[in-house]
Amino acid sequence: MTTPMTAPGVLRRMSRLWQLYLLVLPALIYLVVFKFWPMYGVQIAFRNFNPIDGFSGSPFVGWQHFERFFASPQFDRVVGNTLTLAVVNLLVAFPVPILLALMINNLRDGRLRSFVRAVLYSPTFISTVVVVGMMYVLLSPRSGLINHLIGLFGGDPILFMGSPDWFRPIFVGSTVWQESGFQMVIYLAALAGIDQALHDAARVDGANSWQRIRNIDVPGILPTIVVLFMLAVGNLMNISFEKALLMQTPLNRETSQVIQTYVYQAGLQQAQFSYSAAIGLFNSVVNLALLVTFHLVVRRARRGWGGLR
Amino acid sequence: MTGTTLSLARPARTKPMSIDRGDRAYTVVVAALLGGAVLAIIYPLYFIVIASFSEPDAVNNGRVWVLPEGFTLDGYRRLLADPRVWRGVVNSLTYTSLATALSVALILTAGYALSRKELPWRNAITALFLVTLFFDGGMIPRYLVVKELGMLNTVWAMILPNAVAVWNLLIARTYFTSAIPVEVREAAYLDGASELKFFLRIALPLAKPLIAVMVLIHLVWNWNAFFDALIFLTDESKFPLQLVLRNILVQSEVSASGNLSSDLSSYAEQQRLGELIKYGMIVVSTVPLLLLSPFAQRYLSRGGVEGALKG
Repeated sequence: MTTPMTAPGVLRRMSRLWQLYLLVLPALIYLVVFKFWPMYGVQIAFRNFNPIDGFSGSPFVGWQHFERFFASPQFDRVVGNTLTLAVVNLLVAFPVPILLALMINNLRDGRLRSFVRAVLYSPTFISTVVVVGMMYVLLSPRSGLINHLIGLFGGDPILFMGSPDWFRPIFVGSTVWQESGFQMVIYLAALAGIDQALHDAARVDGANSWQRIRNIDVPGILPTIVVLFMLAVGNLMNISFEKALLMQTPLNRETSQVIQTYVYQAGLQQAQFSYSAAIGLFNSVVNLALLVTFHLVVRRARRGWGGLR
Repeated sequence: MTGTTLSLARPARTKPMSIDRGDRAYTVVVAALLGGAVLAIIYPLYFIVIASFSEPDAVNNGRVWVLPEGFTLDGYRRLLADPRVWRGVVNSLTYTSLATALSVALILTAGYALSRKELPWRNAITALFLVTLFFDGGMIPRYLVVKELGMLNTVWAMILPNAVAVWNLLIARTYFTSAIPVEVREAAYLDGASELKFFLRIALPLAKPLIAVMVLIHLVWNWNAFFDALIFLTDESKFPLQLVLRNILVQSEVSASGNLSSDLSSYAEQQRLGELIKYGMIVVSTVPLLLLSPFAQRYLSRGGVEGALKG
């Protein structure tokens, strides 16, 4: 609290503002039931959960489930797959919307600009289920568009959705296809905030498009880039596992099995609640550690750059 | 070249090539890249539309590229005759409207209350919400809680577990902080308005742009969500459209439960029409949202995005 206050003062204000507490109460109840109760339930990672004894009454087994996961042959594969997919996805998908925004922002024809923008933004509204459904029909080895195209050039059909080697390219490619538009709009909003006079002055001085983008636009949106990058790193381990789950076939599991899909299978399909809760907890802890590390690095780096913020 | 420093004052010195040549090269590269990007978005969607009513043999054998070949509405006829699809649409409409209404209501009420700087414990309460951004119980405890509450296979499981999007709550809080001048509130107090009355009569009407953005965001999220339905629902009559789509498009249950093409005589015939039905499903489920897109885009880019970055 910002101002020092005496206890009676606080009480008086609380009684005057009780209606505000009434307004926040429903959301707080939600928070307790659907967020904090599951957090309390995380302790089953250290127990052998059974529904009768519940979260806190089931027998305590310590680190047993973690040890089992670390020792299992799944561990290396699942953690490796998650990290590889997350990092490749970030490195490939992150720069694309920046480049698109820079190019669109410099289109001179206003109608062309809003057309391109609208087209690139539209996949934001297509659900993950439909995007994956499109993969299955367009990449089908016998009847799919892509394999017909390959056939046209004399190649053999590829079993895309059944190949471990193709899982990552398709996953990352579809991320770019589906999500670039949304991020692009954020960058365009930042670009709109750049003073047009800078561009005019640079043009008068004879700067061409490349130079104006490099020296005006890029520095102008750099803070936005940093913020979005930090958000992306913070969610690194939470890559769209729903898409991974939808894209998973028995044939590509070697690369498509990530931590969360494994939790889903072990936990909800095979009902090993405690074991999979332990894996989920491991995932959260790694994610949190990455986030904290990254923040420290950024803070140090910022002190070095000086200028940003 | 002067490196990465801003060299606005004298860009002429950094000019490696003539403006004309540089700009012409730029134009060509941009036209190629943007043209490619636009094509990469439009063509697959366009192809799916024309494939959905072309002769299935022509599509499956790779004879359809730019123009549709033949004409048939068999795919649409069959998918619209499938009760699963209709039930899915009805369920999705129910879940989406209820969940959106509840989410937006919770975001607005809590967001408004937490925007009031003089509220004791405001920061502590906000911190409770913030904690959930960094840590949550995970999939399994969440499932067990919903199970414990007896909500599996009920409409509640589709509405309550995701009711508050904390990020949006923070956006609403920021919005209320900046959109309502203190003077307005003081004037209302002098007129004897209670906190609740002020919220309903003055704060909410001032928040119309925020409400529009939030409703849009949640409509799209809820309509497109499938994972909660996958884990919380096992009763097929309760499945939302996305789960039905998943079973048809991804799991290829075109003939499994019998409704789409079980009456087709041969396996080959099922194969033939199966793809046609899938193209049709994609069109039917995607077009309504794509029509919403231009409208939504205007709102989202204006209100939501800037709010998100400032928040």
